[in-house]
Formats: sequence, C-alpha cells, structure tokens
Amino acid sequence: MSHWDENPVLSVEHLTMRFGGLVAIDDLSFSVGRGEITALIGPNGAGKTTVFNCITGFYKPTEGRITLHPHVDGGETFLLERMADHEIAREAHVARTFQNIRLFGGMTVLENLMVAQHNELMKASAWTIGGVLGISGFRSAEHEAMDRAKYWLDHIGLLDRADDPAADLPYGAQRRLEIARAMCTEPVLLCLDEPAAGLNPRESNQLNELLRYIRNEHGISILLIEHDMSVVMQISDHVVVLDYGCKISDGTAEEVRNDPSVIAAYLGVEDDEVEDVEAEVEGAAK
Amino acid sequence: MTANVSASDRFAGSVKDAAIAGAIALGLFGPFIGLRTTADIGGLGINTRWGALAIAVGVVFLGRLLLNLFVWRTDNPITGMIARAMPKAPAGGKFGKVFGPLMLALAFLLPAITAYMFPQHNRYILDLAILVLTYVMLGWGLYIVVGLAGLLDLGYVAFYAVGAYSYALLAQYFGWSFWLCLPVAGILAAMWGVTLGFPVLRLRGDYLAIVTLAFGEIIRVVLLNWYNFTGGPNGISGIPRPSFFGLEFSRDENGFAAFFGLDYSAIHRIIFLYYLILILALITNLVTLRLRRLPIGRAWEALREDEIACRSLGINTRNTKLTAFAIGAMFGGFAGSFFATRQGFISPESFVFMESALILAIVVLGGLGSQLGVVIAAVVMIGGFELFRDLAEYRMLVFGLAMVLIMVWRPRGLISSRQPSVFLKERKAVGAELVGEGHG
Repeated sequence: MSHWDENPVLSVEHLTMRFGGLVAIDDLSFSVGRGEITALIGPNGAGKTTVFNCITGFYKPTEGRITLHPHVDGGETFLLERMADHEIAREAHVARTFQNIRLFGGMTVLENLMVAQHNELMKASAWTIGGVLGISGFRSAEHEAMDRAKYWLDHIGLLDRADDPAADLPYGAQRRLEIARAMCTEPVLLCLDEPAAGLNPRESNQLNELLRYIRNEHGISILLIEHDMSVVMQISDHVVVLDYGCKISDGTAEEVRNDPSVIAAYLGVEDDEVEDVEAEVEGAAK
Repeated sequence: MTANVSASDRFAGSVKDAAIAGAIALGLFGPFIGLRTTADIGGLGINTRWGALAIAVGVVFLGRLLLNLFVWRTDNPITGMIARAMPKAPAGGKFGKVFGPLMLALAFLLPAITAYMFPQHNRYILDLAILVLTYVMLGWGLYIVVGLAGLLDLGYVAFYAVGAYSYALLAQYFGWSFWLCLPVAGILAAMWGVTLGFPVLRLRGDYLAIVTLAFGEIIRVVLLNWYNFTGGPNGISGIPRPSFFGLEFSRDENGFAAFFGLDYSAIHRIIFLYYLILILALITNLVTLRLRRLPIGRAWEALREDEIACRSLGINTRNTKLTAFAIGAMFGGFAGSFFATRQGFISPESFVFMESALILAIVVLGGLGSQLGVVIAAVVMIGGFELFRDLAEYRMLVFGLAMVLIMVWRPRGLISSRQPSVFLKERKAVGAELVGEGHG
C-alpha cells in the first residue's frame, strides 16, 4: 500500500462514465494523497478531462464513488458524485481551472479574484440586503477579501496589473491568474487542467515554483492533468496514467517513467511488441 | 503620370461596374416595377410603367457609381473623412464625470426652466420629459438583466404591465392608495420575474430571447381576454391619481393648491409627477450602482463573462440569474404603477411587444457599459420620436435609419467601456471589445 492510499484527500472508486455507447472512463480507481501533487497523465482522448469533470461535478458519473476527506483526522466527508458543481466548489472546497482558460476577460484582474470570494462576501453582505444598507461587517469582509487577492497577486507577480482587464494579460499570466483565482476560494483540493499548456520554459519553471509553494506553504493537495513531462516529472509526488479510460499505471514519477505499458501507450505499439519495448527500456536503464 | 492613368482606369472600371449593377437592376425591377397587372373587364390586363423603372435603375446606377468613386475605389474614401469628423468615443469616465451631474442638474431644474422660457409649451414639454424619464427608468431596470447579467429579455414589458395592472386592480377592487401599491406592484412584478426565471434558466441566447418574448405576449393576451377581472380590451379607467402626502391635486379647499395658498393649476400635478418619476428613476440608478459594487453585482457580470467559470467558483448561477430577473422586474413594476397613475387609464394596448423592443433598443444603443448611455439613448429615441411626429409614417424610417447609423458608428452602443467595480490603485475603464456580451 503506497503512502497516498493511507490518508487520501480524495479517493476515486470504480468510476465509470459512459456517453451513450462510448465508455470514456472504465472502472477507474485512484487516490490523491494529502498535501501531495498528483499528476493525471495519458495520451490524447484518454479521458483525463472527463475524470476532472466528474470530480468537480460538471458531469454526473454513470457509476462509482468519489469521496473527499477534507480533514486529516477523519471527520466530515463529501460524496462528490452526489453534489452539484457549485456545491462542490462552495462546500467541499474543490477548486479547478480549465484547459482553455476561462477568466472573466472583461473584468479586471482584481475583480476576477473578488468574484472567487463571492460566497463569503455574500454572507458578509447579508445576502445583499446588508450590503445595500452599508453595514460595517461587509466593509471589513471586503477589506479582507482585497487583502487575500493582493496576497495571491503578489505571489503570481501580477500585483501591478491588478487594475487591468484580465483579457489583456499575456497568456502565461492568464494561466497563473486562473490558479490564483482558484486559490482565492480557499480550496482543500486544487484541480488544474493542463496548467503548463502553451507556456515557455521560463514560465513553466515559474509555474512549478508556484505549485510547490501552494503545496508546501499552504498544504493544499493538487491534482493536475499535464502533457508537459518536465512539469510532471519535476514536481509530482504521484502519477496516475490513463489510456482509453483505464488506469494503466500508478506510482511515483520514477516508477511510471519506467513502466513499459506507459511507454507502449505513449509510443503506440502493438500488444505483442510490448515485450520488445520492455526489453529495450531495461537495456536503456542499464 | 501613372497616378493619372490609374485614376482614369479607376473611373472606367467604376462606370463599368455601375453599368453591370444597373443591368442587374433592370433585369430584377423589369417585372417588379415595370409591369403591373390590372383587373380589366373580361380578364387581366398589364400596364407598363417604364418611367418608374427608369428611375429605379437610374438610382441604382448612380448610387453604385458614386459609391465606387467616393468610397470603394479611391484612396480617400469619404466614409473615412466622416469617421474622422465624428467625435471620438466618449470615454466613460471623464465624460460621465462632467456630463452626468450636468444632466442631473438640468433634470431637477427642468420645470423651472420650461416655466420661464416656454410658458406656452410648459405642459407639453413636461409631459414629454415624464415619458422620457419613464423610459429611462425602464432602461435602467432592463440594464440589470441585459447589461449586467447578460440575459437577453425580450418580454420586459410584461413586468411593466404587471406593475401597472397591480396598482390599477388594487385601487379598483380594494381602494388602495398609490403609495401603498407602489411597493406591492414592485414585489408582484419581482415575483413574476422569478416565475418566468425558473423555467427559462436552462435556456441560453436565442432560446431565452424567444421564451421571454412569448412570456410578454402571454401576459398581454391574458390581460386582454380575462374580461371579468381586467376589463379586457376596454382597460381600466379612473385610476386614482397620487397624492402629495395626503393632499390631492384638486380644486377644492383640502387640495394641494389651497393648502399652500396657491392658485389652482393643472400644472402642479404634472410637476409633481415629473419629480416623482425623476426620484423613482434616480432610486433605480442608485440601487443599481450600489449593487454593482456588491458581490451580487460582480456575480452578475461574471455570469455574463463566463457561466461555467462561475460555477467552478461556487456561485449558484440559478439563484444569481433569478435575482437579476427579479430585481430588473421589480423596477419595471415600479415604473408600471407610475405609468398607471399618470395615465389614469390603462389597457393591454400599452404593453405590446413594440414597447419591449423600444426599451431593449434604448439599453443596447446606450451601450452596455454605463447608465448614462441609457439616458442619452432614451432622450434621443423618445424625444426624437416626438420630434419627427410631423413625418407621420416616415417616422419609423427615420428612426430605423438613425439606429443603423448609431450601430455603424458605435457597434457596442454609445458608452460601451465598462467601469470596474473595485480597484487597487486607479480605476481604468475596460474597453468594450474585451467585455463579454453574455450568452443567455
């Protein structure tokens, strides 16, 4: 039993998702370790984003169970497959980003981070009624929200662009802003869909730093989908490999890298050639 | 030299192109305009109208030639010159800072100004101003739904009708006063907003527009056919007028004029109604401005930008849409009960689709970025409509042409840049091209 199975923050059990006759995910089980970075990798069309959409409630899985354990010492758990998408974000505190960046482009960078703190601010404004009347509790809550936004802007290096529209930012900065926006919801688990897609090597390094910072300083567990192997290999504590909706490998970055079935899936060899590939890999390792 | 050659080439090309267009026009218009059937004795006869045909073809030829020479096939298109001569886009911030308070001051002083400068047209001008302000208020109400939340509502007039009929019916059956009915009408309209909102929440874009349009028609048709209750096409007449803190605007000794020791004049009530709608409209605007700075307002705008991202951040999009519908409808209801008390008579004819379209046109032409744009658009549209009253049926033509021109000049409305709701160092307007239009 690996350490991520001992006290996981998220356990996915027998997850199956069918779209009509197409089986996008087939009986998938894996765990996301607490305070770890878990990478979900696989060739195009392997079903990675579908897994994300099931976890964050955008799809209702056909079968299976997805359980979130927010607290180290047991306590309340959430069955995510039964919750609506906005409840998963609000109550279970699972935040996500998107493969194609979904920022509020016409709103400023700061506004994007303020929208992320909507639920807390709504409570503080007594569901708008107190806010219209201008109660003092709302003002202090708004101040706090601004401070949190500033904190994250400082960490992604966008503090001096806080008042610019989000759509005006360069691509890499938009990616970082989307992560900061997700962090402003104070998540337990952060799900990132291809955070390094389209980044240059320098930006990719900055991203690694940011993700390590989120894990080490805030103790947030991260689940990420990634194609950029440099990101996956450098920062992941645990890698799960999908192919055609099935898990084909599960382990540390080192273990997965040397798994012949992973190599086969990525290079696309026939089943009977797997052995040859295995031999080659072993030869190369020596 | 070469320039001359190419210029003459260009002229020849332009003429040739225009001639082709003329030939096509001749082919098309020949049967349409040139021939006309008449009912003769013993069968169908054909009259020819070669004169009219020649004029039509000539217009096409000349128009195409002029466009070729001055717009399409020239280095200095005349449209570019016009565009340069046009004033630059009014920048939301600075423009608003000067222009907004100026318009507000003008609005407050208008009764005094008209009484002093145009005493003989006083009543007409104030009536028109009340009408404009009613549309400003409706525009500001719809701005919440269309401008902020990005939900295209083509049946807004339904809530206006609910407000108007609420007051009229409550006054007729229970004798409730205007001041009691005003909030009730707002609440009832908001409830109808939620009632409409629920079933259409899943719809987006065109589909939402169609269902809201249908809803507006349903309300009107019910009002038209429920004869026993609403009076059907006869409408409701004798709707009580509002009082000024209990003082009626009447000639008797308990009236407004007698109480303040003034000579009775019908204009008192008009001035009172003018200030009433002015204050109602300002309340609408102030509440909207306030809501924009609250989490709910930001959530509306975020919803317009990206609904899926909203849900990923834990925003309940259903409730957020419903509040937008409800609050927009509430202001429509307030405006409706004002309309009922001002007219003293309402019938379903006042709540046709044309009204919805007009209010929507005001919001869209004004620009989705600012409330000030709505005011300008309302003044231009409603005021302009009155101005061209002499043109009779050509009025709609002028109206349509003006709308097309505004949309060509400023495709996102008069004031389309958006002011951020919160800022760290400085408030920078967000350009219109970045702001989402909403998908439903």
